Amino acid sequence: MNQTKIITAASELGRNVLEHGLGGDVHIERVQRQEKIGLRMTFTDSGPGIENVNLALTDGYTSKNGLGLGLTGSKRLMDEFELTSIPGQGTTVSVTKWK
Amino acid sequence: MDRIPILKLGDKLLVTIQVDFHDRVALALQEDLTEKILSAGAKGVLIDISALEMVDSFMGRVLGNIAKASRLLDCETVLVGMQPAIAITITELGIALQGIHTALNAEGGMALLERLIKAKSNRGRTANASKIAGRPPNLQRG
Repeated sequence: MNQTKIITAASELGRNVLEHGLGGDVHIERVQRQEKIGLRMTFTDSGPGIENVNLALTDGYTSKNGLGLGLTGSKRLMDEFELTSIPGQGTTVSVTKWK
Repeated sequence: MDRIPILKLGDKLLVTIQVDFHDRVALALQEDLTEKILSAGAKGVLIDISALEMVDSFMGRVLGNIAKASRLLDCETVLVGMQPAIAITITELGIALQGIHTALNAEGGMALLERLIKAKSNRGRTANASKIAGRPPNLQRG
């Protein structure tokens, strides 16, 4: 179950990097917090960035002709979600799933 | 480029997605299928996704669009074989896939298509019959 959720989130966020960020990098790592182990994926692009992060995290909001579920959907599929974006410089989205 | 084969079985089309269903393959299927519905005069489409390990919002949108476009072409679509993990994942993701018929397996899907097609032709017949027989009952001039 977790595997399906993780690859789906990876697909959504990877698509964002390609379509909005004009390409970028993903860093996948194993993380540990006390007894828990997990998987963290960090997607980084140096695209135009997101002007209004709150708006981008609204369900159904889309700047292109998608369903607007990429960011909000991945947030729901993963345990932790962190988004930082600087307009004109790029966007980083980091998601973690604990085992 | 990989293309997904579309098999014709009577008045139905059968699509089994076994290759990696990436964006271009998905869009090609949408195009091929709508053309095939017309050329084959198909009344139903069965899409088997039992080999798919993942459905993201893009694929969900394409599958939904296929169903909508088919309906506009007087053809019903049934999606079969969705794995439980995918059902939960796409629900959490927020893809509703509303208006798309589903069945657990290909056999159930074929039976459902049969019923949908029959129900539609019956409805069509009654609608036509009442149109012929029916005069507006209360059309009085004042």
